[in-house]
Amino acid sequence: MSSEKKGWKDIEIGCVVTEPGSAASYKTGDWRSERPVRDNTKCIKCGICYIYCPDAAINEDEEGYFEADLYYCKGCGVCAHECPRGVITMVEEEEEEGEK
Amino acid sequence: MTKGKIVGLEGSFAVAEAVRMANVDVISAYPITPQTHIVERLAEMIADGELDAEFICVESEHSAMSACVGASAAGARVFTCSASQGLELMHEVLYIPSSMRLPVVAVTANRALSAPLSVWCDHSDAMAIRDIGWIQIFAENNQQAFDLTVCAYRIAEDKEVLFPAMVHIDGFYLSHVIEGVMLPDEEEVAHFIPDYEHPFVLDPEDPVSMGCYGPPFIYPEAKKAQEVDFTNTKPKIQETWDEFGETFGRYYSPVEKYKMEDANIALLTMGSSGETAMLAVDEMREEGRDVGLIRLRLWRPFPFKEFRDAVKDVELLVVLDRAISFGMGGPVCSEVKSALYDKRKDLSIVGFIGGLGGRDIPIDGFKYMVNRALEKVKMIERGEEIETEMIGIRE
Amino acid sequence: MMEICIYGRGGQGGVTLAELVAHAAIREGKYVQSMPSFGPERRGAPVLAFLRVNETERIKIRTEIAEPDVLVVLDPGLLHVGDVISRLKKEGIAVINTKKSPEEMKSDLEGVTKIAVVDAMSIAREILGLPIVNTTMIGALIKAVGLVKLESLEQPMNERFGKVAAKNIEAMRRAYEETVVR
Repeated sequence: MSSEKKGWKDIEIGCVVTEPGSAASYKTGDWRSERPVRDNTKCIKCGICYIYCPDAAINEDEEGYFEADLYYCKGCGVCAHECPRGVITMVEEEEEEGEK
Repeated sequence: MTKGKIVGLEGSFAVAEAVRMANVDVISAYPITPQTHIVERLAEMIADGELDAEFICVESEHSAMSACVGASAAGARVFTCSASQGLELMHEVLYIPSSMRLPVVAVTANRALSAPLSVWCDHSDAMAIRDIGWIQIFAENNQQAFDLTVCAYRIAEDKEVLFPAMVHIDGFYLSHVIEGVMLPDEEEVAHFIPDYEHPFVLDPEDPVSMGCYGPPFIYPEAKKAQEVDFTNTKPKIQETWDEFGETFGRYYSPVEKYKMEDANIALLTMGSSGETAMLAVDEMREEGRDVGLIRLRLWRPFPFKEFRDAVKDVELLVVLDRAISFGMGGPVCSEVKSALYDKRKDLSIVGFIGGLGGRDIPIDGFKYMVNRALEKVKMIERGEEIETEMIGIRE
Repeated sequence: MMEICIYGRGGQGGVTLAELVAHAAIREGKYVQSMPSFGPERRGAPVLAFLRVNETERIKIRTEIAEPDVLVVLDPGLLHVGDVISRLKKEGIAVINTKKSPEEMKSDLEGVTKIAVVDAMSIAREILGLPIVNTTMIGALIKAVGLVKLESLEQPMNERFGKVAAKNIEAMRRAYEETVVR
């Protein structure tokens, strides 16, 4: 999302948003207080985390492992809760600083 | 002068003819007295192949306006109509086309609101929607019901306007009364309302988002833009009516005057009572009294300048309201007063409420208002409190 | 301007009568206003319809007709229902569907000085095969007060009634012949 604030004369008629899919630029990652940290040695690549992620913020990599896209991941912890092998641990953002 | 023919039509059918000649794409409406004949006639026209349009049957007025919003957003020319409780059920959705700038055209057959249940005419429904950002136009007879509906399409769809427009015809007084209506040549009407293109339509090839979330950082700017653009529709409305006049020979303006040239007293009405009020003015003129009549044709956006000009030489303005703003008096009178506040300290304004729920206002009713207003001016001069009087009420 | 009230029962076609005459008058270049009594319609209930015709200028008044010049009564049973008959102007005429003679009718209706009668029910039963007298009574109305030419009704009736128009026109013409005006 653009942080530029338009004046009333610059708004499109009817406040129409002419840039389609602009929601993709909205960084919901800012909402996160805990982030999912994975131990892929336990991962069986079942994809449960991928399926359950309510924000579709988890992507599959070339090797078949799954990783949360931290631009969007809100840190809800559903993936950690659902993982059958305990691969994912939710870690306070503060303890992970520097990695953003 | 235009080709055409005079046909006996009730106001409802005159509206339906205008909508047919406007060659609308989509109609969605739910029947309610006294608007029903408009919907019935249009449905019949579509069934008989006289009008090539989609009629979307819905279960309520809320859905009717919702369907119109969707169709208009997709670029269609649309129509709906309602009255009274139906318009109120539509109320929530009326805000959408006015803020999303969709040129939906609607007709309301003005009717009172419950309770007690009344199917008869007054302006309560029209007044309840005055703050929504719809252009509101009042017709006085069936010819105007036709003409102003035709004009409403041209106005609403103008690139410098793009606001929804509503034509108000008084329920029963126009909707159910047959009189001669000059129907112009269809091709001339089609020429007067050319195909239009909205700058933004729902199109998968060129997507846009409409009706988005408006957080505090943008909402006030959106409303400022809407208000400025809405107010700026006034010259376009007049321009359209002028062009209609040049083409079809019948001229309209936001504030129409009758025998006002040397009038010291002016009556002010809206809707179908205008012509009966003219007869009252004629009679009072014959009695040597300097009374004239002002009819507000355009209610929203309010024609401040034209109105102030119309009353500039008047000493007493007598306003008839066909609705009540409970605890406040007549809505038209309140607005007229606010339009003149600080402009005319020498002008007395006396408001009356009458014609509620279909009660006739005869010629004598208008004469009574003028006489009573003169008494009230004296009461005001003596420092007495004046309340808005409801005329013709039994004690 | 002539102001006409049509007094009938819901479903008897009083409103249609007013509309047909209105269309005929428009065809003759006259100014008209035809209106039902506003509100819900109920079959059998006494109901008024209104018609104004002006030869020369637009009709501006938009109120119910309080004192008609002409009162058309579709159903004689209604003469003593309500006070409609007393609304008739002093010099006005009552046009009544009845089997009675004008003299009998006049003595029944105190204060009514001009009267036109016709047994519209018998005509309608005979020609239309139905006890619906609205189109028949148009003939009586025209005989009583002129207003429009009989021929001017043909087109409006054809548009309205299609293949049964001819019989309605015939019933109207017959009533025109048989109506007695006193």
